[in-house]
Amino acid sequence: MSGKPRLTYFNGRGRMEPVRWLLAAAGVEFEEKFLETREQYEKLIKDGELMFQQVPLVEIDGMKLVQTRAILSYLAGKYNLYGKDLKERAMIDMYVEGITDLTQMILMFPFSPPDAKEKNLESIKERATSRYFPVFEKVLKQHGQDFLVGNKLSWADVELIEAILAVEEKIPAVLSAFPQLQAFKRRMSNMPTIKKFLQPGSPRKPPPDEHYIENVMKILKM
Amino acid sequence: MAGKPKLYYFDGRGKMESVRWLLAAAGVEFEEEFLETREQYEKLLQGGSLLFQQVPLVEIDGMKMVQTRAILSYIAAKYNLYGKDLKERALIDMYVGGTDDLMGFILMFPFLSAEDKEKQRALIIQKATSRYFPAYEKVLKDHGQDFLVGNNFSWADVHLLEAILMVEEKKADVLAGFPQLQAFKARISSIPTIKKFLEPGSQRKPVPDDKYVETVRSVLRMYYNIKAS
Repeated sequence: MSGKPRLTYFNGRGRMEPVRWLLAAAGVEFEEKFLETREQYEKLIKDGELMFQQVPLVEIDGMKLVQTRAILSYLAGKYNLYGKDLKERAMIDMYVEGITDLTQMILMFPFSPPDAKEKNLESIKERATSRYFPVFEKVLKQHGQDFLVGNKLSWADVELIEAILAVEEKIPAVLSAFPQLQAFKRRMSNMPTIKKFLQPGSPRKPPPDEHYIENVMKILKM
Repeated sequence: MAGKPKLYYFDGRGKMESVRWLLAAAGVEFEEEFLETREQYEKLLQGGSLLFQQVPLVEIDGMKMVQTRAILSYIAAKYNLYGKDLKERALIDMYVGGTDDLMGFILMFPFLSAEDKEKQRALIIQKATSRYFPAYEKVLKDHGQDFLVGNNFSWADVHLLEAILMVEEKKADVLAGFPQLQAFKARISSIPTIKKFLEPGSQRKPVPDDKYVETVRSVLRMYYNIKAS
């Protein structure tokens, strides 16, 4: 029963997108099952597939894993994207958690009420440019290496490139004061597996649109 | 430069409490510096100790660690509370993710308006009894072992006990429909390091009170009310 990992989620980015990125960066092919109706979701729950009644769900190596962080940590460990020792893992975890706090703001953005959207966009811009991006700019400048941790591609680099692109979609010139991150973005985008993922026809999902939001809200009865 | 880990946080539970629990469960002594004033916080910021300008901060093994999950994962691995292999670690991470989500509802509780507190309390109990507790009850029932993962004491057990006790503070008989969890609670509470942590005089912090809320608000300049989830 091994075979490709199988991802169950809505047909869109949401909380599953970092998983798609990580698998793609690691060069691992995967299958996807898209939730399109409330009935499908209720069946998953009834069949006991979702430990906490939530997606993302990733079926891999005989496990039905839920909880995005658990899934990502497992994949990072399995595909050697988690550093060489406990201390490198700690650095990667710290960086990933920080980046996740930023991408969480982008995740929630489409679900915020219309009159809050402008304020939320300002918050994203402020956090990206004054809290998160300066940290990674400094890390890269200080060690002068191509990757964030241990001079080797890790989960932290994949999360960062994903976050940069997501913020740029909202604020195109957001990297203007961050030359290290601009170079990082170019380098990462040119890595073969990531370059492939960034091309049309890959499993990468587009930014959430009205249809996606409606679908999620309908299925989760939000 | 080994020495005791040093925890920087407010004098209260918040996001640091899980770290106190885990270190205590592992039998590791630690020091604490409590943030009481805005000036202290700004000094930490200016000193460059806070990678993302936030606490918790834990100084351990020459690192200034921030981000609670990163801190906890490091401690769990260092003190052999993270399972024996990648798959056990995945299960522990999954279980901890659930208890973290549950405790997240409680974390914001002290900062809610009185009206929202009532609604939140009901939500906490509903989530605990219909989503989270049944999941762990089933895990324990299915394998019949003393601990959640790999027949060995792990971070997942510590985190679950912490969550159970916190929910019980909101509703004393909340474990009524969960015999496995009742037995689990008794077993884990009697582990010597945990028993010690549960006794008066330990570094366990009490239920957040108004003074705690005021301190956090004034240090972080967070004077607005948080919205209930």
